[in-house]
Parts: sequence; C-alpha cells; structure tokens
Amino acid sequence: MIGTGAAMLSDSAPVLQPLAPASGVFAYLWVLLALPLFGAAVLLLGGRRTNRWGPYLGCLTVITAAAYAIALLVSMMALPADERAIGQSLYSWVAVGSFQAEFALQLDQLSMVFVLLITIVGSLIHVYSLGYMEHDVDRRKFFGYLNLFIAAMLLLVLADNYLLLYVGWEGVGLASYLLIGFWQFKPSAAAAAKKAFVMNRIGDVGLSLAIMLIFVTFGTVAFDSVFAQAGQASETTLTWIGLLLLLAACGKSAQFPLQAWLLDAMEGPTPVSALIHAATMVTAGVYLIVRSGAIFDGTAVALTVVAIVGVITMFLGAIIGSAKDDIKKALAGSTMSQIGYMIIAAGLGPIGYVFAIFHLLTHGVFKANLFLGAGSVIHGMDGQQDMRRYGALRTAMVVTWLTFMCGYLAIIGIPPFSGFFSKDDIIHAAFEKNWIIGVCGVLAAGITGFYMTRMIIMTFFGKARWEDDVHPHESKPVMTIPLIILGIGSLFTGAALVYWGDIVGWLEPVTGLQEEPLAIPTIALEGITLTVVLIGVAIAIAKYRSTVPVEPPPGNLLTVAARNSLYDDAINDALVVQPTYALSRGFVTVDDRVIDGTVEGSASLVGGVSRRLRLVQTGFARSYALLMVAGAILVAVVLVVVRLS
Amino acid sequence: MSEVEPSTGEAAVFWVCAILSVTGALGLILSRRAVHSALWVALTMISLAVLYIANAAPFLGMVQIIVYTGAVMMLFLFVLMVVGVDSSDSLVETLRGQRIAAILLGVGVGILLIAGVSTSLTGVMSVGLDAANAEHGGNVEGLAWLLFSDYVLAFEVVAALLITAAVGALVLAHRERWTPRKSQRELSEERVRTGTHVTPLPNPGVYARHNAVDTPGLLPDGTLSEITVPAPLRARGDLRPINTAAVEETAALAAGNDVLAPSEYPVADDPGTSPGEPR
Amino acid sequence: MNPESYVVLACVLFTLGAIGVLVRRNAIVVFMSIELMLNAANLAFVAFARMNGNLEGQVIAFFVMVVAAAEVVVGLAIIVTIYRSRRSASIDEPNLLKY
Repeated sequence: MIGTGAAMLSDSAPVLQPLAPASGVFAYLWVLLALPLFGAAVLLLGGRRTNRWGPYLGCLTVITAAAYAIALLVSMMALPADERAIGQSLYSWVAVGSFQAEFALQLDQLSMVFVLLITIVGSLIHVYSLGYMEHDVDRRKFFGYLNLFIAAMLLLVLADNYLLLYVGWEGVGLASYLLIGFWQFKPSAAAAAKKAFVMNRIGDVGLSLAIMLIFVTFGTVAFDSVFAQAGQASETTLTWIGLLLLLAACGKSAQFPLQAWLLDAMEGPTPVSALIHAATMVTAGVYLIVRSGAIFDGTAVALTVVAIVGVITMFLGAIIGSAKDDIKKALAGSTMSQIGYMIIAAGLGPIGYVFAIFHLLTHGVFKANLFLGAGSVIHGMDGQQDMRRYGALRTAMVVTWLTFMCGYLAIIGIPPFSGFFSKDDIIHAAFEKNWIIGVCGVLAAGITGFYMTRMIIMTFFGKARWEDDVHPHESKPVMTIPLIILGIGSLFTGAALVYWGDIVGWLEPVTGLQEEPLAIPTIALEGITLTVVLIGVAIAIAKYRSTVPVEPPPGNLLTVAARNSLYDDAINDALVVQPTYALSRGFVTVDDRVIDGTVEGSASLVGGVSRRLRLVQTGFARSYALLMVAGAILVAVVLVVVRLS
Repeated sequence: MSEVEPSTGEAAVFWVCAILSVTGALGLILSRRAVHSALWVALTMISLAVLYIANAAPFLGMVQIIVYTGAVMMLFLFVLMVVGVDSSDSLVETLRGQRIAAILLGVGVGILLIAGVSTSLTGVMSVGLDAANAEHGGNVEGLAWLLFSDYVLAFEVVAALLITAAVGALVLAHRERWTPRKSQRELSEERVRTGTHVTPLPNPGVYARHNAVDTPGLLPDGTLSEITVPAPLRARGDLRPINTAAVEETAALAAGNDVLAPSEYPVADDPGTSPGEPR
Repeated sequence: MNPESYVVLACVLFTLGAIGVLVRRNAIVVFMSIELMLNAANLAFVAFARMNGNLEGQVIAFFVMVVAAAEVVVGLAIIVTIYRSRRSASIDEPNLLKY
C-alpha cells in the first residue's frame, strides 16, 4: 500500500501561501481571460461578416494572451518564492447567506505553468489550424470554438474557488463537445460528441457533489479556506470528497472507467485532438487532484484508489494504442496511458504531485507535437488515417518526419529528452511508495516503446502502401513551423525545466514536497527502465520490419480485444445502457400498472360514486329548496336541543 | 294611544287583519291561476299595511300600500300579462313526494318558529314607540333622523342598488334584434318553402251571434280544427265546446227539414253564451 | 296588544310563504310567495320595534322593502327573459342545473 494518510499528513501538507493582491503587471490578470473570450464572442456572434479576418483575430487573441502570460512569468520569477501567489477578486459573484463565492482569480506557481502550457501550445495549434482548416467553410466557427475553449480552460486553472472552477470545467466540456462534433454532418462525429458530453456529465456530477460536500463540510468553497481547514475534517468525509473529485477527474481525463469517450473524440479535427484531447483539457483532472492535494493528503483510501485507477488506465491505454491502426486512435490510446502516469503520480501523494505536473507539461508539448505531426500526415495523405495505408513517408514529408521523431524520442523516454526526465521521476517516486506500481510503470514504459515504434515504422519506414491516387506532400510552412517549434520543445522541455527552470522548487510552495532518500539508486532505475523501453522498441522493430499487410492480420485474442478498445463500448452497453433500458421499461410498467392503475382506479371510483350521487341532483329548483328548508329545520332543532340541554 | 294596556280596538283590528292576511296567503297557494294568486297577495299586503299602522308604524304602512300593493304587485300583474297563461299553473304535482314533504317541512318550520317565539315572548309587553317618536317630533321624522344619520351609508348603498336594479332590468328585458325584420314577401316565401300552411291560418268558426274567437272552426267532416283558435286560448284550454245540436240543426235546415224547438237545445256550461238563440 | 300575537302571525305567514315556494311551479307565484315571506319578516320587525320602543326595527323593515323592490324588478326581468327563450315560466323546466 501507499502508506498511511496520517504519516503523510504530518510531514508533507503543502504550505498554504498567502495571496498577495494583484498589482503591477498582475493587475490585468483578467485580460488573460478576456482576450480569448472576446475573440470567441466576436467570431461566434459576428456572423459571416467576420469570415475573412476572423481566424486571424482568433490567433491574435491567443498569441497576445501567450505574450502576456510570458510577461507574467517573468514578473513572477522576480518575486520571492513565497510571494508568488497572486489573487484578484473581480466581483462578488454569489452571496446567499453563508454561501459566498467570489468571482476571483488566483495565479500561483501551479496556475502559472498551466497558463503557459495552455496559451503557448494553444497559440501554436491556432497557427497550425490556419493551414489545416484552410479549406473548411466553417473555419471561423472553428476558431471561435477554439478561443472559447482557451477562455474556459484559463478560467478553470485561474479560479480561486471550486464553484468558479466548475464554471470553467463545464465550459471546457462544452467547447470539447462543440469541437468533437465540429464536422457534425458525419453521424459518427455527432455521436462521438454526444458520447463525450454524456460521459463527461457523469464526472461533472461527481464534481458538483464534491463541491456540495465541501461546502457542507467547510462552509466555503474558496481554495485557501478549504485547504486551511482540510486537516480538521474527518477522514471519512475527506475520503468521500476525494473519491467524488476522482470521479470528476476520471470523466474529464478519460480515466478508467470513463475512458471510452476519448477514442471516439478523435472524430474531431486533428488540431482539436492535439489541443483538447492531448495537451490541455484531459489534463484538467490531474490539475483538479493536484490542486486539491490538501484534501487528498488526509485520506489514504482515496489516494490509493487514485493510484489504482491510474495504473489500470495506463495499461488500458497502452494496450489499445498498440493495436489500433488508425494513427489518431493509436495516439489517443497513448494519451490515456500517459495521463494514467500522471494520475498515478498524483495518487502517490505530495511526493508525486510535482512529477504529475512535470509530466503533464512535457506530455502537453510532445503529445501536441505528435498529434500535429499526425495531422500533417493525414493532411498530406488526403485524409487517410489508416497506418496500414502509410509507409515510407520519411522521404515525402521530411519536416513532419523529423519533428515526429522528436516527439517519439521524447515520449518513449530516451535520455536526455523530455519524457526521460518526467516519466522516470514518476517511476522513481512510485518505487518509493509501492514497488508494484513502480514495476507497472516500467512495464508500461516498455509498451510505450513498442507502440510508438510500431507507429513510426508503419508510418515513415518500410514500403509505400499508399492508395493509388494519393500523392503525399509536405505541409505548408504555417503548419510546419509550429511543428518545428514543438519538436524542439519536445526534445528540450524536460531538461530545461529540470536544469534551468527548477520545476520542483518552483512548484514546491503549492504542492509541497518531501525529500526522501531514494532506496534504489537513480542510475540503476534509469538503466532498468531504459532497458525495458529498448526491449519494447526491439520487439516492434522485429515485428514490423518486414512488410506490413494492408489488411490487418487476424491476430491473437488480446490484439482483437485491443482493436475493439478492449470492448469498452460493449461493457458500457452491458453494464449501464441495457440495465438503464431495462430499468426504464420497468418504470414504464410500474407507471402503467401501479401508478396509472391507482390514478385511474381512484378516478373510476370517484366516477362510479359520482354516478350514483348524481341522482340526488334532480335539477329541480324546488327539490333544492326543500332540502334547504330541511337543513334549516335541522339547524334550528340542533340549536334548540343544545340550548335546552 | 296607550301601549301598555292591550286595547280592545287593536285586538279587533288584529284579528280581522290576521284572518284576512292568512286567507290571502292560503289563496296565494291554492289558486289555480297566477292572476288570482296575485290578487290574494294584494289582499294580504293591504292587511299587513293595516297591521303596520296598528303597530305604530304609519309610514311603513303607507309605504307598504304604495310600494308593495301599488307598485310591486302591479308589476307582477304586468309580467303575468306578458308571460300569459302557462301549464305550470296546474296544481297537479309533478315531483313525487314533493307536496307531502313540503307541507310536512313547512308545518315543521312553523311549529318550530311559533314554539320558539311563544316560549320567549309570552307575557312580554310592548314598550311602545311614543317616547321614540316624540324625540324628533313624530314617526316619520324619527325614521328620517335614523336614515340620514346612523344608516346613511346603507341608505346610499341601497340607492345604488336601486339604480343598478333598474339598469339591470332594462338590460335583461331588452331584446336585441339580431336579424332584420322579415318582410311580408319573405314571410310568404318562407311559408311556401316549409309547405305546412301556404295560406294564412283559417279563421275561427265564427258564429254571427257572438263573434267569439274561441270557437274552433269545423272541417267539412264535422271535426274541429284546432289551428283556427289562437294559441294562447289553446294553451289555456279555453276552446269553446262544439255546439253539436246547432251543427245538426244547420244541417237539418240545409236539408229543408224543420228546426228543433228552442227548448230542446242543449245548454252549454259557458256563461258567455246564450244557448237559447239559434241564429 | 302584546307583540306575541303579531310575531306568531308573522310565523304563520312565513310558513305559508315557504310552502308556496315549495309547492307552486309557476315562477311568478313562487316569487310572490317569497314576497310574502319577506312581508312576514317585516311584520316581525315592526312588532319588535314597538316592543323595544326603538325605531331601528322600522328602519330595517324599510330597507327590506326597498331591497325587495329591487329584487322584484330584476327577478321579473329574468323571468321574462327565460319565458322568451323557453316559452315557459315553470321553475321545473330550466332543470339544466342537472347537467
């Protein structure tokens, strides 16, 4: 097990930083939100007259926001380490009795890195989309949705209380729904959007229940007050809150058992997959857990469940990614797997929070790189997504191939590239807490090596298996330049954050960190991990070096299951959908028989009695008058009797 | 007049008027014709007016005669003229058990009321209104004083009620003509179209001797035709019976035979006819 | 003359009026019976006024008369209207109350 909550609480509760008032460059924190929101409003409300320049405006708002975010980073780095949390209250949003919620923003070290990731990767993807969506008639709407997404995501990470975070959370879900279903004329896209929305709702229910429970327990929803009181609540309460937050995270981050929507979400345009379903939105669950670290610290049970969910999802994603022939779905499986890593790290407690965020950052960069590279390939192959129809593209698309290789080296964790630092840190921390999780992490790293190598070989090496009328070509500079930037980022983000940015020290005021002596020598662990990865790579090379059949071979049981996403839809159908239908049918029967029976029975009872009582009503005024006289006599007699007695 | 001691004169007035008023009330219930009922009620009201005056209420007595007997009852008679005679005048009871139940319950009410009144009022003497009337110089002045001081609001409300009632009666009784009045041409065309009576309705069987419209005309085969008599008379059942003897006599005369002796004519029960005159 | 006689007479007249209402079918006769009941009440008021030496009873009787007059006007108008549409003044006929 991961250790006891009490022990962890004693030495590792994150330091609560006082929020400094926003001043100087921070005074315009709200602009960060307002810029993309303004862009979305103009593009979505402006109608067709913004068609011509709308996409450029969409890019401009996000790039400006990114520039401002960098300025914020520079200013923040100039501040002392314990004064870097900035709060800005815009107005009192909800004030009902004891229920107070400010519309207030909070920019601390954790939010800062998220803001940078969202705005910078977001800017690159916006620019890339200029090329990718060039021929789409609705691209103004597309950029409007992208801007809406950026605004919602920024609100999510900048909120200083759970209620405001919930607003951003829902906004992100909405933008995701709109973008997955962007090509809504395809029934599969419309269905995928609906599926994502519904499965996200399940997580949202968890979040709303968690917020209610937080308010009931602590009497407030503001982060600082909640975390300050977190130690006083009972462990049972904290466990419930933690599990509900985990449910929310599972929905948004596509973790087991709510993972099924992410693969279908690849129906959206590829930049959407890159931005939302790889780099930013799906990491919201990780952010939520890390942000609520003070709550999770008090409950070992919830943390254990978090780690277990992470392990399961990590393997699910890796296995699915190894078998899918659709390049985007293979990458989506990889995303699930990598977010599984982050969730594992978050489930390790304070020791893992910082590594979860670290891996989130590097993953955000290299996964965006990989997705955009995949998008470039798809673009060059006229929309073909089946890797069995690729092959030998390294000569046709040199820039794409090279940048894709950067992402590849980063994700499988070859030193000294990004993934090496972040993933190894997680595996390392896992061994500290529980060697089983550590072994799982190493194994999953090997599978990562396998499926990524498989993808590279099938796409860029071997013989060309193109369809007859396809002539692959390199994409335009507007797409390749973001690829190059992201490729460089993939290679060096990890090293830069470790050696230059001191990500651990940077995040420490928020997440807390305990320096524990590592029981296993770092170098040995790195060696083991690297060996396992290389074994995975070697297996993939051995298996796919020779010709790849255009038609998928039958494959063994596991392969077939993985091609079907491990039957998640069938399982959901059997476990949830069919029982729901059966329950509904049962309710219909109960409604027809019992409720309608009662209602109609009482109605016919009243009707029958009325039919008989109706005969008293002759309709003759004189009969009524007679009854009135009888009544008067009755009253008089009663009065007399009462008077006399 | 001394109120404390029961006076013989008042007792006489009371008994006469009491008997008259009860007679009038019984007449109201028992008369077959509504007009007779109205007249009986008028009798009751006049008796009551006398009783009011005997009870030191001369103003109310006058109002009773003027308003009730004079105005209200005459209004009833006018309406009776409009409505005419109706089958509901019949004293045959149509609701089963209604009459017996009504009489039993009515008598029950009466017994209860009288029992209650006599237990509480036996031996009670009147204070008399002399003092009250003297305060403002007379009965009418006393009433006026009360009406225009304590009861002025009620008085005003009642005035509004009267106005409203007058307007309401106008509205209710007013008949809006929705269609234009039919011309004679249209009426005749309608008659032809419906095909029942193309010609005007036949005349009553008028005999020169009394010119009565209540005498039905006879068809050639000797049966009588009801449509020859106006509808209100038919509704009232006021068809004059056929004087079969006269018919036969006419037939005999036509055949050249001798007429019957005048004494042999059957006598109709209708006082308006003089059966003895053949022509 | 004591008031008891007058009040008893009023009771008798009231009873006869009530029986008239219950027994007669012609709406106008029923109306007259109601007027009779009102008059009986008036007689009781007048007798009580004299009994108590207070003119207010007479004032009440006066108001009863006025209201009864208003009532008669409206009531008879209604009867005339009903008679016009149904060609009958029977109070048993408009038994639409039944349905």
